[in-house]
Amino acid sequence: MSEAPTPLTGSDAMLGAALFAIDPVGLGGVVVRAGPGGARDAWTAALKRYLGPAAKLGRVPLGIGDDRLLGGLDLSASLAAGRAVIERGVLAINDGGVVILPMAERLEDSTAARIAAVLDAGEVLVERDGLTARLPARLGVVLLDEGIEPEERPPTSLLARCAFRIDLGATRAVELEADAPSAEQVAAGLAGLSGLGPAPDEIVEALCAAAAAFGIASIRAPLMAVRAARAHAALHGRTTVTQEDAVAAGRLVLAPLARTLPAEDNPPPDSPDSVSEEPPPPDSPDSESPEFEPGDAELLLAAVQAALPPGLLEGIVRDNARSARAPRRSGSGEAAKASQRGRPVGSRIGAVRSGDRLNLPETLRAAAPWQALRRAGAGSALIRVRPEDFRVRRFVQKRESTTIFVVDASGSAAFQRLAEAKGAVELLLAKAYVSRARVALIAFRGSTAETLLAPTRSLTRARRSLADLPGGGGTPLALAFDAAVDLALAEKAKDRTPLVVMLTDGRANIARDGSPGRAAAEADALAAATRLGASGVGSAFLDTSPRPAPGGDRFARAMGGVYAPLPYADAARVSGVVDDLRAGRRS
Amino acid sequence: MRAAYPFSAIVGQNEMKLSLLMAAVDPGIGGVMVFGDRGTGKSTAVRALAALLPPLIAVEHCRYHCDPHGEGCPDHPEPAGLPTETVATPVVDLPLGATEDRVVGALDLEHALTRGEKRFEPGLLARAHRGFLYIDEVNLLEDHLVDLLLDVAASGENVVEREGLSVRHPARFVLIGSGNPEEGELRPQLLDRFGLSVEVRTPTVLADRIEVVKRRDAFDRDPQGFVAKWAQADAEVGQRITTARARLGAMTTPDAVLEAGSLLCMSIGADGLRGELTIMRAARAYAALNGAETVSREDVRAVAPMALRHRLRRNPLDEAGSTVRIERAASELFDA
Repeated sequence: MSEAPTPLTGSDAMLGAALFAIDPVGLGGVVVRAGPGGARDAWTAALKRYLGPAAKLGRVPLGIGDDRLLGGLDLSASLAAGRAVIERGVLAINDGGVVILPMAERLEDSTAARIAAVLDAGEVLVERDGLTARLPARLGVVLLDEGIEPEERPPTSLLARCAFRIDLGATRAVELEADAPSAEQVAAGLAGLSGLGPAPDEIVEALCAAAAAFGIASIRAPLMAVRAARAHAALHGRTTVTQEDAVAAGRLVLAPLARTLPAEDNPPPDSPDSVSEEPPPPDSPDSESPEFEPGDAELLLAAVQAALPPGLLEGIVRDNARSARAPRRSGSGEAAKASQRGRPVGSRIGAVRSGDRLNLPETLRAAAPWQALRRAGAGSALIRVRPEDFRVRRFVQKRESTTIFVVDASGSAAFQRLAEAKGAVELLLAKAYVSRARVALIAFRGSTAETLLAPTRSLTRARRSLADLPGGGGTPLALAFDAAVDLALAEKAKDRTPLVVMLTDGRANIARDGSPGRAAAEADALAAATRLGASGVGSAFLDTSPRPAPGGDRFARAMGGVYAPLPYADAARVSGVVDDLRAGRRS
Repeated sequence: MRAAYPFSAIVGQNEMKLSLLMAAVDPGIGGVMVFGDRGTGKSTAVRALAALLPPLIAVEHCRYHCDPHGEGCPDHPEPAGLPTETVATPVVDLPLGATEDRVVGALDLEHALTRGEKRFEPGLLARAHRGFLYIDEVNLLEDHLVDLLLDVAASGENVVEREGLSVRHPARFVLIGSGNPEEGELRPQLLDRFGLSVEVRTPTVLADRIEVVKRRDAFDRDPQGFVAKWAQADAEVGQRITTARARLGAMTTPDAVLEAGSLLCMSIGADGLRGELTIMRAARAYAALNGAETVSREDVRAVAPMALRHRLRRNPLDEAGSTVRIERAASELFDA
């Protein structure tokens, strides 16, 4: 699922907070995209107010370890008690409450998956440090997303479990206060929720139909919409879920996820304000009929559609192109401690030097059998740990490589070339499981160079983004080099080895500033190629022109990379060159 | 502990449900890998399975719940004749973030702290013995843990050599993995170790989607009541497993059917013999679940996609999915 094209703002953001406070477990979570301060602080303050003074509100700091997130051995308590004592992690501590995840756009996938598993199960399964426990942890999450670029967003595993998407980027704090529900109203709603009956069938059906009509594939979305409708009914002191609640749920939960407009009678959404004013009066719901032609469904569609801004479809197309979010493993901040990360391979015996991480449970485990013996000696320490007991965590890190394909999609490069490049990328990717390699794709045409595929190992995702790679337009070669350098350096910062492979005929005709003209374009491209060379990144220039001209290797020389004229390149040969390059046979 | 969502209340997803039942009938099929979109009930189905499985007879208070007629465990090297008890078939969840010591077992810390004695504390592998071990999001599990699990699953024995302990104990379990292909591919070596592979998708039929939402909502509001409502249906499925297991021993497989299985494997170019073995066992379990006494060619055909789709040589340029290729080959072979 990609980013919400139309997140909630203003008073809907506050309504979202109120509903979430009423049923945090059912609604899963809220994503709040905004920079720190201002409106976001006002929103979290309101959430705190809604949750009430007694509610638990925890925080999961970025880069949290499993011991703090899930729980582990409480060393001091264990030593004092002489038996293994568990220390609960943040999730279990906040059972029944809410946890906030700051900088969620930088959250690691592995951490997100752990949290997602806990949200699903409603409990933490602890199998760590010699301990086994099942700790209840029914809670909701608030993802504070400070991302700026569209690619910067929280891991999809958590996004999919959040009912509300809020964007406060353009909202001022005072705007939020306007007609926001009061804390008393929310408290009354919370009390009323359990007394509320199930949502009527026709409302469930209408919400499902609306989700389908708006192209929302996830089945979680209508489920969360049903819960939002119940919370909305509770907030308004109702004892049954009504049409009005369903409309609100459609607007709050479904509209932000809409991918398409409903197929039938497609009113252009160019005047949303006029549509959203007053929903037409509800027809009498026809609960007998399994079809949902009348009343509910249409009303819902209208309501959801009204919440969509003009230009949605263009936004969706753009959004689809960018939907390949890079799977992240670790942030760049971790490069500094590279010697202590990677795959843990148990622990070793030995003294602790600076930078090493003492494996305390293992150390204690090593010391434990000897306590009875050592205690027989002098002293009164509770536990005697000797240097020979020390266990230091060991890590093995395999350096991963990222092959960045920079593909010429301009008019001068025939469509066939594009197909070859696609084939080569897929071939390389197919080998990627073994070599642990990632592949990225930058395409350039017209006046832009765009990262179509952020570094990934997923064949599924790569195939999708390759399938609709468009072609045609000018050749902004300089921009392509620039984009390649930026991406390569970003990968380097993540401790991966980048490798840039250019597939182009080298006929630059768009300069860096976007102006056409062969001479300026050529000069800019050479300068950019030199910059790539200076960055020390391994590279190759595959010349795809039908008849490679003399001097075709000028870019390769500037890049300090390999030159290979491949006039009849097929996917296998391209991939062969890259393999050689990676193995260091040609550079 | 929260009640698990009932197995029979899962809407659709027939292939996934069938594969789990087949693995329950014949653990020798060798595990199930479930691939699919988010929120398609992968975890729900596996966790629901626990409620269906017939109970085990095990040596009383055994930490490995070892089989009184089996090979024994470190605590009971000669299990025959010992008092027994009935225990539920284990379905063990391997949570992300589990440490290796809890997976394979390690020194019992508490015992060591209080008594200064070395004692082996069995881990999740021991707990899963004779049952199921479930790993959600296999592709996020650390590689060395996955390798270890596959090794134990294949050999049926867990060998622990650490902290001065030297223990080997039986660990026969059906490995069930789930994952989302969007989050990274699985290594082919790893995939091949799973007997069956199924793909689940979000239901697209509106009526199904409505039913999913209604049932889930009903379950969330009143788990106990919902489970009680489906208890009868679940019991029937459990009975089906028990009956099929009993029938499995007497099941005959005609040579012509064996040949059909082999031909199918050859025609799609599945690597190795594992495919042929799996498809025959799977067809037998499938026939047994359906109350048949002999395995037919139709049974082979029905299980072929599950047993083979992850064993095809991958051609990244071939857009047609593995399932389509298998079905094409099967229709050439069987409809001729």
